[in-house]
Amino acid sequence: MDAMAWQLLIEGALTTLWISGMAIAFGVVAGLAIAVIRMMKIPFVDQFLVLYISLARATPLVTLVLFLFLSLPALGINLDKTLAAIVALTLNTSAFNAEIWRNAFRNFPREQREAAESVGMRRWTYFRYIMLPQMWIESLPALVNEMSFLIKGSPAIAVIGVVDLTRVTNRISSVTYEPLSPILAAGLLYVMIIGCLLKLQSLAERKAKRLAR
Amino acid sequence: MEQWNIVWAARESFISGLWVTLELFFIAAVVGLLIGTVLCYAMEYQHRVIDRLIIGFVSLMRAVPFLILAYLFYYGLPELGLSMEAWTAGLLALVIYHGAYFFEILRSQRRLFSSGYIEAAVSQGFSRYKIYRRIILPNIFSSSLPLLGNQLIICLKDTAFLSIITVQEITAAANGVQSTWFIPFNAFIVAIALYWGISVLLELLIKRLSIYGAKRGMTHA
Repeated sequence: MDAMAWQLLIEGALTTLWISGMAIAFGVVAGLAIAVIRMMKIPFVDQFLVLYISLARATPLVTLVLFLFLSLPALGINLDKTLAAIVALTLNTSAFNAEIWRNAFRNFPREQREAAESVGMRRWTYFRYIMLPQMWIESLPALVNEMSFLIKGSPAIAVIGVVDLTRVTNRISSVTYEPLSPILAAGLLYVMIIGCLLKLQSLAERKAKRLAR
Repeated sequence: MEQWNIVWAARESFISGLWVTLELFFIAAVVGLLIGTVLCYAMEYQHRVIDRLIIGFVSLMRAVPFLILAYLFYYGLPELGLSMEAWTAGLLALVIYHGAYFFEILRSQRRLFSSGYIEAAVSQGFSRYKIYRRIILPNIFSSSLPLLGNQLIICLKDTAFLSIITVQEITAAANGVQSTWFIPFNAFIVAIALYWGISVLLELLIKRLSIYGAKRGMTHA
């Protein structure tokens, strides 16, 4: 392994990071939106979302990525492979995040809402300034856990030719014919990325514990 | 409609893919659970070096994507003269990876397990193995059932990664069918439906098992 190989690995790691980062950002927001819509219990929409969550949680990422990348062009929607990767990861992670957010909704104490209404707070103000900050702290450990799952699942995007941290090892070994060291080096980079997230998770857990209700 | 006819005509490849997935999943689940149980028993001895080794191994597995492990076995090890077929390498990766996760789940429940039961058993003269087998294991298994169920579904989904190292499971079968007939939509819908069906069945099984556990008096699940 020379400097060139390391440079390729770092580039792969950056690809993994930015694609996963986009999916995490969209996924956390989309999950919250799905949870909010599900709390409204609109007929048909609710059943549809339940079906979506159930399907998205059962579908392997590899299958989902291939499905989106190959079958959407047949329906007239052309996705660039990076975009297809981001959409697939987002669809997957937002289903898990929706469940996390919904859990936070359901565990939220009623009294706070009554108190807010008694001082004449509007629903949006109550949600934005009272519910959301507490729900955020409460859900953060689970959300970070889901983020590390997303990174662990992200090598699936290699299947449609995105050169991420896993696929880059094939590139390097096709030149050097020595696959072992790039794979171990990629593993090391993954350990560093996911190790940071695990550290963040334990920090978030400590913070959530302090929010004793 | 014609496209569904093609899918039906290609049912052989889906069935053989389903079979490979089920086979890999079943062996990985059983052997992985066994590894988790044995590692958990090894922790009962509270030997410092062994504990460190186990925890280190499990932490490493938790910080690495499954596919990297599969790559290591399938592409990496031949460099050291250890060549395996894709199926074997994939199964080995599944077993080791998920064994570590099953252990982690069992250990988290073991830590929550009340020591009163164990003291009572010790005072009755139970041996260490008997305490583990008769008292700790049934209880921690029962209380970790929901978590184990989630992990089993993750294990099922991880088998799809093995299509990347050329194992002919469901996803690879769907990909083969779609590239031959150009029916990507239908082929992958079938694959997704199969995965969905298996995980719904798994959820039902876990529910049944928790009812059974509750009947046997293990209610703190």
